[in-house]
Amino acid sequence: MATAAGTLPQTYEESNLWTWLTTVDHKKIGVLYGVSGFAFFLLAGIEALLIRTQLAVPNGTVIDAERFNQLFTMHALTMIFLAIMPMGAAFFNYFLPLMIGARDVAFPRLNALSYWVFLSGALILTSSFIFGGAPDGGWFAYAPLTSEIYSPGSGLDFYVVGLAILGISSLMASLNFAVTVINMRAPGMSMMRLPVFIWMMLVVNFLLILSLPVITVALIQLLFDRNFTTNFFTPGEGGDPILWQHLFWVFAHPEVYVLILPSMGIVSEVLPVFARKPLFGYAAVVFAGVTIAVLGFAVWAHHMFTTGLDTVPQVVFSASTMAIAVPTGIKIFNWIGTLYGGSIRFTTAMYFAVSFIALFTIGGLSGVMHASPPVDTQQQDSYFIVAHIHYVLFGGAIVGIFAGIYYWFPKMTGRFLDETLGKIHFWLLFIGMNMTFFPMHFLGIAGMPRRIYTYDADLGWDEWNLVATIGSYILGFSILVFLINFFATMRKEPSAPNNPWDGGTLEWATTSPPPEHDFDVVPVVRDRDPVWYDRDHNIAPPEVPANLHIHLPPPSYFPLVLAGGVALIGIGVLSHLAVTVLGAVVAIYAVWGWALEPTD
Amino acid sequence: MRPSARAITITVVAFVVVLIVTALIWLGWYDTYDDPQTTFNPKSDTADQVRGVYDLIIVLAGIVMVGVFTLTLAFSFVFRERPGREAQAIHGNPRLEVFWTLIPVIIVVAIAVPTFQVIVDTTGDAPDNSLELVATGNQWWFEFEYPGLGVVTANELHLPVNQSVNVELRSNDVIHSFWVPQLTGKTDMVPGHDNRLWFTPEEEGVYLAQCAEFCGTSHANMRFRVFVQSQADFDAWVEAQIADRIAPEGDLAVAGEAIATTICAACHTIRGTNAAAQIGPDLTHVGSRTTIASGMLENNTENLRAWLADPPAEKPGSKMPNLNLTPEQLEQLVAYLQGLQ
Repeated sequence: MATAAGTLPQTYEESNLWTWLTTVDHKKIGVLYGVSGFAFFLLAGIEALLIRTQLAVPNGTVIDAERFNQLFTMHALTMIFLAIMPMGAAFFNYFLPLMIGARDVAFPRLNALSYWVFLSGALILTSSFIFGGAPDGGWFAYAPLTSEIYSPGSGLDFYVVGLAILGISSLMASLNFAVTVINMRAPGMSMMRLPVFIWMMLVVNFLLILSLPVITVALIQLLFDRNFTTNFFTPGEGGDPILWQHLFWVFAHPEVYVLILPSMGIVSEVLPVFARKPLFGYAAVVFAGVTIAVLGFAVWAHHMFTTGLDTVPQVVFSASTMAIAVPTGIKIFNWIGTLYGGSIRFTTAMYFAVSFIALFTIGGLSGVMHASPPVDTQQQDSYFIVAHIHYVLFGGAIVGIFAGIYYWFPKMTGRFLDETLGKIHFWLLFIGMNMTFFPMHFLGIAGMPRRIYTYDADLGWDEWNLVATIGSYILGFSILVFLINFFATMRKEPSAPNNPWDGGTLEWATTSPPPEHDFDVVPVVRDRDPVWYDRDHNIAPPEVPANLHIHLPPPSYFPLVLAGGVALIGIGVLSHLAVTVLGAVVAIYAVWGWALEPTD
Repeated sequence: MRPSARAITITVVAFVVVLIVTALIWLGWYDTYDDPQTTFNPKSDTADQVRGVYDLIIVLAGIVMVGVFTLTLAFSFVFRERPGREAQAIHGNPRLEVFWTLIPVIIVVAIAVPTFQVIVDTTGDAPDNSLELVATGNQWWFEFEYPGLGVVTANELHLPVNQSVNVELRSNDVIHSFWVPQLTGKTDMVPGHDNRLWFTPEEEGVYLAQCAEFCGTSHANMRFRVFVQSQADFDAWVEAQIADRIAPEGDLAVAGEAIATTICAACHTIRGTNAAAQIGPDLTHVGSRTTIASGMLENNTENLRAWLADPPAEKPGSKMPNLNLTPEQLEQLVAYLQGLQ
């Protein structure tokens, strides 16, 4: 497959395990990210259901305290790093080259390496359940609870190694994607013609490039504190636990936008297509996204209002946090403006996209509340914050991802997900999520702290906790409906035309699913919505030459081997030095082979 | 373009539906007013100031929510696909962009001004003549020391009404957080930092409180109570607390003290005896407290016996181990501790 000379669309060969292990095709890697991400989404969902089962009634006895603390820690880590981020990466991998008219990403083998390193990190982190207990210090892992004295088990070491490896993966992917967006756009695709989804993902890539080094430093400091008796975060020895909080949130606040911006991008693609009109205020939506990202680096201490911040930093971080309400508001109003004057087709994708506007608004408004430090002293670490983050990350990020799944499924597989099952899925999810997460506002106001494995009766928390638990079961059932829909659909014959929704972006100009080389002829872009422009101006698709001479990079197993080396280095940190040395040898071999591998 | 009668009807219906939903949310919100640990029924000066900002933001957020929901719902029905409807190719409207940039700007400024005032008011120094209090977090209990009065107690805080209190917040191990929802918002107890907060309780009563920063296995079981009393009642309580322990009466209790001064003395202080360790809570007047095990259990014979028999079974991860006391020793200790009024 060194060249696809003479290939016609839909040249996918029978896929076997080896082609998946050695693929450097951005679409296959996208599918790998998507399937892995969804599997971890199911795992994190099961963890959430266990948590809700324990909290259904006062003094619950389903799970003990230690297991509960592991579950809420792993639920957050899994959802954030192993489910939402890779599902965003899945769409980006699959659609970045298609939407900018390229044949692949800039560094296809690096792209494969990113995925395999991600999978290594994910499996190492998750395996902690089997090897001596999962991390139980919260995903924020505040010092000094994470020190050797207060967390003697290996859970926190799995946290350090897992996140460090996942960080390497994200950093490689971000650099790769950013280079691709900047350098590989089709003729005529200027930056202000980029689809909003690509813009938002470009912003995400820069957020990750700038914030991941900070958490990496902090993780290594924590590793040294735990294993080599340094004292970066140890009070009384010259260290400071608050230092960890600053380093963590300088990374973790931008990380919140890493999770939500892809879904904002997806919704900005779905709304115009089904309203049959261009996005309202394209430039405003793009600049609002960039502004959110820039401000996102100036607000981290709003997670720390209760740590004893002085008057001036409280005022400063409160002001910068409230300022984020402005670009966020602009986006919401522009999405509503996109609906205005449209001829709206309510497909399942559109149901998810429109509900995103409402659900994300709730999360945004509660966010403004705790931007006010006095109010935050009452809301911080209470269930009110649990409600807030779930409206942003479930009502926002996950709902946006489902919009993307229904919208792009025919392009990716050639098949339509069933609309009836899709709408059942939507309504169950919508009802379930509001039943689960809205009562948590009331619980927080009634003074229920988060991360408690038990609570007494007679505090006024019983009813809403029970409602939330029932809601979570409905939510879980809705995901089951989606899975049935998915497997039933995959058994059907492909029936999707190239552009089933009448979309305006370039991925709809090629076949469903696209050929390995994406486009027979690289398209020329004349407008922000190139497919609509060509349709409205009767521009015929370019003629396909009789002989295509398209150079595609050959498959390679070196990314897999190198990822195996990285995994062994990490496993060695958790077990024995010899394993690390072995891992280093494997990694050096893989880099050597990679460098000398012929690419023709 | 003039909106059609149908569009106006749909918008009005959407508005009414959204108003009903908002009213239900509002009801649920205010329904928390009487809950024992509510954040919404302040009984101190600073908590009251916080509530003022809180109310303002809730009203403004409610208005924005009604607006966004009404438009989203109305447009979804008005502009639904119908035979003969053509979508209008609108790319944007600069004037509208400016308008809806200004809406959040105005709202944010309206919230920011009172917010900053309350920050300045509440983060400054405590009023002069405040009662000095040192609150220390431990895994998983609170110690309260009144340096000016010579009182040390645990998990039950007594305060005189209408008297400002200046709380110094410390931790002996990991980060905890001091939070009495009706009396004060939370501030963390960070080891190596001397955080402070102050407030003036304005109504007598018992207020529930709970650690708000995740602090390990039994974070959920780290609770305390605040008794706000008249000055006279408070003075009487202080009087009782500064005294040495009440000498045991009866054979059981006397035998109990012998156990306490050998076994319990490894971690606890009982003033008037040789027990002077400062690892666990001061037990000099433990019998006078309404709860044991950091607010987890009511202080009665049955609970006390169960706690002494196997602390980690009652409170997972408890630093107090199972001492393997015999049933006889348990009876003696219970009798002794209950006598420490």
